[in-house]
Amino acid sequence: MSVKYENYLRMNKFPHYWCPGCGNGVVLKAFIQAVDELGWRNNDIGMVTGIGCSSRASGYVDFNTMHTIHGRALAVATGIKMSNPSKHVVVFAGDGDASAIGGNHLIHACRRNIDITLVIINNWIYGMTGGQYSPTTPTGTIATTMPYGNVDPDFDLASLTIGAGATFVARSSVAEPVILKNYIKKALTHKGFSVIDAFSNCHIQWGRKNKFGDPVKLVEHIKSVTVSAAKAKKMNAEELKNLFVTGVLYEDKDKKEYSESYFDMVKRARSQTKGGR
Amino acid sequence: MKRAVVANGNEMVVEGAIDAGCRFFAGYPITPSSEVAEGMARKLPKLGGVFLQMEDEIASIACAIGGSLGGEKTMTASSGPGISLKQEGVGLACIAEIPLVIINAMRGGPSTGLPTRIAQSDIMQARWGTHGDHPAVAVCPGSVAECYTETVRAFNIAEELRTPVYVLSDAFLAHLSTKVELPGKEELKIANRLRPTVKSEEYYPYDTRFGDVPPLADYFSGYRFHVTGLNHDKTGFPNIDPVLQESEEERLINKVLKRQETIGTYENYKLEDAQIVVVAYGSNASGAKEAVDAARESGIKVGLFRPITIWPFPSIPFQKVAASAKQIIVTEVNLGQIVYEIERIMLGGRAVTEIKNGNLIFDTRHPRSSAELSTVLQANGTPIRPNQILSQIKEVA
Ligand SMILES: Cc1ncc(C[n+]2csc(CCOP(=O)(O)OP(=O)(O)O)c2C)c(N)n1
Ligand code: SF4
Ligand SMILES: [Mg+2]
Repeated sequence: MSVKYENYLRMNKFPHYWCPGCGNGVVLKAFIQAVDELGWRNNDIGMVTGIGCSSRASGYVDFNTMHTIHGRALAVATGIKMSNPSKHVVVFAGDGDASAIGGNHLIHACRRNIDITLVIINNWIYGMTGGQYSPTTPTGTIATTMPYGNVDPDFDLASLTIGAGATFVARSSVAEPVILKNYIKKALTHKGFSVIDAFSNCHIQWGRKNKFGDPVKLVEHIKSVTVSAAKAKKMNAEELKNLFVTGVLYEDKDKKEYSESYFDMVKRARSQTKGGR
Repeated sequence: MKRAVVANGNEMVVEGAIDAGCRFFAGYPITPSSEVAEGMARKLPKLGGVFLQMEDEIASIACAIGGSLGGEKTMTASSGPGISLKQEGVGLACIAEIPLVIINAMRGGPSTGLPTRIAQSDIMQARWGTHGDHPAVAVCPGSVAECYTETVRAFNIAEELRTPVYVLSDAFLAHLSTKVELPGKEELKIANRLRPTVKSEEYYPYDTRFGDVPPLADYFSGYRFHVTGLNHDKTGFPNIDPVLQESEEERLINKVLKRQETIGTYENYKLEDAQIVVVAYGSNASGAKEAVDAARESGIKVGLFRPITIWPFPSIPFQKVAASAKQIIVTEVNLGQIVYEIERIMLGGRAVTEIKNGNLIFDTRHPRSSAELSTVLQANGTPIRPNQILSQIKEVA
């Protein structure tokens, strides 16, 4: 059945602010399809974003939305979730927002395993501010603040978040929107902290400087640097060098979710007569 | 019924917050405010509330902002370096108009400074610490008991004005254990934010139809709306129209200025016939009172003006006092902060009652003061002793 997008979007906010062909729209569309398939009510969903092109997503969806400050979306979302633990809280963030300025909040949200879904629109660049390098800008490529080629090693956000304790981590890209939708759907229903590392095309700020100014060519390039987990199994380390594996990379259904642990503690505290003065 | 307890300032802040209805706290430990977090960690779970020790102070204020949008009365607490880290969040709460209480148990020095020692050196930070034009409200308890009553009042102002409010205590009050008498709970006035009553299709988060402080809906309550730190219109969406932005920026500040006579509390102590006026606030005011009493015993006509609300500064009441004074002595545990406000007022700098179309509208009721100004300042980590203030009183008498 086809999705009635107008049920989820603030139609009066269109045309959107993103460049023609930008991957942000593809990720947002996949997210809305996932919400639609789940049948969630708009009233029950909160979307929190930081600052960046990708973070403008919160303005377009007809949920309880907040566009916060750069890097802090997960911390605000933690407050929203803990004050309304039965509701669905989603964060959309750029690669810089999530892993540079917001890196500390990212690892601690993972560690707590709080039931929030984080969708990182990972376009390998600071799009909004004009193409400065981010922690995921591929080493050797050009950015306005790395005009001679990026010397910084780039971050693998899936490994980072798995290591930090997230209990659902998947990587996909705008090159495979249906698969992306399925992973987002899984992430949304996962109880615990879930991460989608969604490779996306910023052909304007990363692409143009690196011979991928055409969005189609850049999406093709994203395909060429990613490989599905199934295929990766049959490849050796040498072949996998410089490739990013896509798929559900980690899933743990046993680790206790944070708000549940917290409110269990509340029950214990309330049944105690001593302590807590 | 009045309640007698033995407690320190931090514990009284906790008590005040709980009695004001705070059920959500997010913080990060730092001397000398840590006992506020510890107290909330003990109390909130028992009340079904949320206590979160976040990864840093930036996360703490961000989380408290989220909790407030989630419908709770929320608080964060810190000192010195932690308050500096919170500044971007303060600005977000100002422009998004999110009620929030920030406890700052002030400590000495810039940077790590004098962590365990008293200072009153964040007075101007509370006014101007975050970037951009913004409203500022800060209250300054003068005793352990006032740590309780002023925290309650801070929540009330935050809720009524939809704005962040600082409680500026200090290392001395924070750790001073003493017997205090608290008002009975039934005597407390508790304010709650205005929530919308209109149909959800007619709700806008910055709609001034119902006054200059628009009703704020809780997230997930059926009123779906958007909040942003960008300048916005009544619907909450980004807007850069100069005409609208001028009036909205002015509204943010005016909502505080227009209520300054009710928010701006102060204490006049032995001022009726005073020719010398000591200005002191916070814990430093108790030493100043002792000095005034001692000077009175030797026949000097001296009194104390004690601002309890430090921002907006109670300038109209101060002007009244200053008009008839011959000498004004400002004492504060820093190297000069509120003294600049005092001097401005004495030189004829009047209270601003409103900002209108880019013009400051001044209160014209009170004349300038011809008194002479002197100071007793100290920033070495120790309290100013009553004797230091007394000798200055004698010096100018
Ligand atoms: C504290 C702070 N520092 C810097 C900025 C400027 N800034 C805005 S967006 C951005 C980077 C955005 O990059 P990313 O998070 O990858 O999002 P994208 O625009 O690529 O979607 C920066 C540095 C800011 N708004 N706030
Ligand atoms: S600058 Fe890049 S990320 Fe931003 S809207 Fe344009 S293409 Fe998208
Ligand atoms: Mg980016």
